[in-house]
Amino acid sequence: MEARRILTDPSLSFAEKALSIKSGREVRAGDVAVVDVDLTLAQDSTGPLAIRSFQEMGLKKIFDPRKVFIFLDHTYPAADEKVATLHTMVRDFCARHACNVVEGTISHQHLLEEQVVPGMLLVGADSHTNQAGALGAFATGLGSTEIASVWASGKTWLRVPETLRITLEGTLAKGVFARDIIMHLIGQLGEDGANYTSLEWTGTRLSIDSRACICNNSVECGAKNSVFAPDQLTVQYLRARGRKPMLDIQSGAQATIKEKTIDLADLEPQVTLPEHVDRVKPLSAAEGTPIHEGFLGSSTNCRLEDLQVAAHILKGRKVKAGTRLVITPASKRIFLQAVRDGLVDTFMQAGAVFTNSTCGACVGTHMGVLGENEVAISCSPRNYTGRMGSLSAQVYLASPATVAASAVEGRIADPRKYL
Amino acid sequence: MNGKAHVFGDYVNTDLIIPFRFKARTNDPVELAKYCMYGIDREFPKKVSKGDVIVAGVNFGGGSSREQAPVAIKYAGIGAVVADSFARIFFRNALVIGLPALEIPGIQKQVKAGDAVAVDLRKRTLTNLRTKKTFQAAPLTGFLRDLEAAGGLAAYHKRHGKFPWEPGKRKTT
Repeated sequence: MEARRILTDPSLSFAEKALSIKSGREVRAGDVAVVDVDLTLAQDSTGPLAIRSFQEMGLKKIFDPRKVFIFLDHTYPAADEKVATLHTMVRDFCARHACNVVEGTISHQHLLEEQVVPGMLLVGADSHTNQAGALGAFATGLGSTEIASVWASGKTWLRVPETLRITLEGTLAKGVFARDIIMHLIGQLGEDGANYTSLEWTGTRLSIDSRACICNNSVECGAKNSVFAPDQLTVQYLRARGRKPMLDIQSGAQATIKEKTIDLADLEPQVTLPEHVDRVKPLSAAEGTPIHEGFLGSSTNCRLEDLQVAAHILKGRKVKAGTRLVITPASKRIFLQAVRDGLVDTFMQAGAVFTNSTCGACVGTHMGVLGENEVAISCSPRNYTGRMGSLSAQVYLASPATVAASAVEGRIADPRKYL
Repeated sequence: MNGKAHVFGDYVNTDLIIPFRFKARTNDPVELAKYCMYGIDREFPKKVSKGDVIVAGVNFGGGSSREQAPVAIKYAGIGAVVADSFARIFFRNALVIGLPALEIPGIQKQVKAGDAVAVDLRKRTLTNLRTKKTFQAAPLTGFLRDLEAAGGLAAYHKRHGKFPWEPGKRKTT
């Protein structure tokens, strides 16, 4: 099979092209492809179980240790002795097999900054692995034991997904961001509306940070992968970091796909009401709701553009007494840039807490856990019951700008009046 | 397999099945099972007898990739999960760790909590012994069928000395 012929076939979608090339035979939606994997990730809440499975299956050798990354990011630094024990297990395993252990920076953002290139096939023991689609990779989540099997075999199997292409039209109004776009889509499709589906994004050009937010959050409507095909901006991003595309995969113009259009100019700031990720409403539906915590963090948001808009809102203002604002950058690199740019100064003056890069509060494991009956507004991906702590706590989801504005007022607030 | 039905609603996500803070602190399946369904019913593990069946609505297991969710269910003693539909990663994980997952659209309305049910894994059916009605699950295809038949990925690997997607090992004579 010739890769060139696949890449130029107008009848194949992005997913069909990617999985055809990685499996060495032409496959279409519905087929099962056995694919070569270019990169794998696991983290401190899935890696230890993968290691256990690897050992229980009697596997000895990792197919290519350079392609295996295990991150200590979810509960980092270890919040207690049990976590510390699992961290040690990961470090020992990586040392023994000469694979990569990366500490104290969130996996998805770190891989975007340092490893992902267009045309790569990435599988991760983490549902937000989809984020790598921001740079034109096919990226999807699997469980721990399957990741262990990829460590050994270098391959896995994937059913080729059907495609939904989302065309973005027009430009976003002031106070409306990438996070509002993807929340709007999740609200429209429902939390399983894109189950088993490949999402392709096209139209209005968004920043790489914005693409990362959208691809990451796409799993909240069930998407198998989510992708922005590489363009000029992708090439610039890679060039600045000394990397080149592996393959430039563009979806075929005549591919069999479903289509949907979102008019960005019509979009208002969005809010997701507690318990289910698809309870999405215009922000006005929750405006004025008193909050105890604002959380500006997680791999879904809290990249540099998110910190910049939050700093713009918080500059010269204070977090409302009785409310706390926890800010957790998405990577070490973003942490450092935020320090250099004076953003952290602004946050501290405003009375926020600025933490190391970790998944912490998003998964209710440390650094911002919610107590009984507390209410939070968060730009993390999930608002499930008990997600950020107590089962009686309530989590609203919104963009970083809305979280910052809400922290200033101590209640859910519209960011547009601060921009 | 015969057992009692434990019935849940739609959109039971992985955080409800086992919250992160518990699953991220141990690798021990017996310990994980203590928190099974913690987000919905903390007493759930005590109510399960071996071979009982979970019956649920749509998109069971949505959200995170945590394999600890099906592991907690299996080690709590549940013999099979039967749902209107499953989230993608949960479904895959369940078969990989050897927890039978049968997709039968509309099943949740056909079973009441406490009903005696029989699950036939060969035929992939659920029979409600109270109503005497039998329901057929969608067939599995490809590697999923191989995984279920073997009782999971580790069991498959142990028996065949390879993963389902790897070519057969050449016999040396």
